[in-house]
Amino acid sequence: MDLNMNVNPPHSMGTTIIGVTYNGGVVLGADSRTSTGMYVANRASDKITQLTDNVYVCRSGSAADSQIVSDYVRYFLHQHTIQLGQPATVKVAANLIRLLSYNNKNMLQTGLIVGGWDKYEGGKIYGIPLGGTLIEQPFAIGGSGSSYLYGFFDQAWKEGMTKDEAEQLVVKAVSLAIARDGASGGVVRTVIINSEGVTRNFYPGDKLPLWHEELEPQNSLLDMLNVPSPEPMNI
Amino acid sequence: MNFMASTQPENRLLGPQSDSQRTLYPYVTGTSVVALKYKDGILMAADMGGSYGSTLRYKSVERMKPIGKHSLLGASGEISDFQEILRYLDELILYDNMWDDGNSLGPKEVHNYLTRVMYNRRNKFNPLWNSLVLGGVKNGQKYLGMVNMIGVNFEDNHVATGFGNHLARPILRQEWHENLSFEDGVRLLEKCMRVLLYRDRSAVNKLQVDVFLKMAPNQIYSLAKLLWSLT
Repeated sequence: MDLNMNVNPPHSMGTTIIGVTYNGGVVLGADSRTSTGMYVANRASDKITQLTDNVYVCRSGSAADSQIVSDYVRYFLHQHTIQLGQPATVKVAANLIRLLSYNNKNMLQTGLIVGGWDKYEGGKIYGIPLGGTLIEQPFAIGGSGSSYLYGFFDQAWKEGMTKDEAEQLVVKAVSLAIARDGASGGVVRTVIINSEGVTRNFYPGDKLPLWHEELEPQNSLLDMLNVPSPEPMNI
Repeated sequence: MNFMASTQPENRLLGPQSDSQRTLYPYVTGTSVVALKYKDGILMAADMGGSYGSTLRYKSVERMKPIGKHSLLGASGEISDFQEILRYLDELILYDNMWDDGNSLGPKEVHNYLTRVMYNRRNKFNPLWNSLVLGGVKNGQKYLGMVNMIGVNFEDNHVATGFGNHLARPILRQEWHENLSFEDGVRLLEKCMRVLLYRDRSAVNKLQVDVFLKMAPNQIYSLAKLLWSLT
């Protein structure tokens, strides 16, 4: 840090990913857009990938890099689970991801958020940004869309939310990021993990709130033309 | 499981092709660490910020950790490299304990180990992108040293990294003296950290302060008494 003050900020990564702990587990959320340059290669991608029954990871950055890292870690965790005789902990999964991210930092370009539930520590979220730093957090945001969410979370986040509050927060946040980040879009996917198991949810555009300068979607112009003219005012 | 081993590639002999392992630039970084010797030991302070370029991304990063029974390590620079250094030191301390010979590695030894690691990595053009402060007390002897990513290392009564060198050390040069009391030491450190908060863009108002003598648990707090009136 002393020698090279001109630090290169990293490339923006086309995604918004979020992981939030709540009182009882975690909620992971992501958008569904994969872009190659300006073209949307996949508008319905699933960026929340399973590692084990109780641990999932949100992927951002290079699709290839994040997929291969997840695949290796899933493979290692599978063997670890067999050897251990019980479900792997979130901490172990996060550390395996960190090991690959750190040791291959020159070649990989992927930021990951690991979230899950285990019987020892309950719900946990670990952020693993570029470079391979491992950081345990009550909530984590990542991807290019996350730039628009720092202020939002500073204000809206609170400790000890319920499952529904946490999911609503995640959905609201991803949808706010989609509204402003060109590299994020599509639908909002969420995964809720707690002691009872895993629940996947899906929120298409019409289920999301409208933000500034966004209009109520119409089926067709024709429906708008058939609306009768407004009544004159009674003054 | 070989894939996971964190070693330099064996294909060094292949020359320029073997560029695969080089830290080119840091991603998540910590800013200054400031430390000084006082009457009974060492006082060290660092803020809890992890910056990501110009964004103050993480605000609860512990950049100071105790090492063994006698030392404290503070780091600025790339956090992932600091986490890796902690793992190397874990192993070092473990092996030291396994000797079970009643001896334990003191701050001088740990500092020397770190210096060798940092300098050797620099020689291979694959530095650990950190500036480290190592302080501690063993058998009543106080020790405070610094080593950076190119292997420059030295010992002094007060040290700092990054911006701290430019802003804190002049203050320390003026006001530090032998046999500083604990209270005076804390006040001096806070004075330095306050200046850094005013003048360092990547500083965050959440400090971690550690005392090395009686292994007091480290304190995390925010600084008040910031003067903004422009008279």
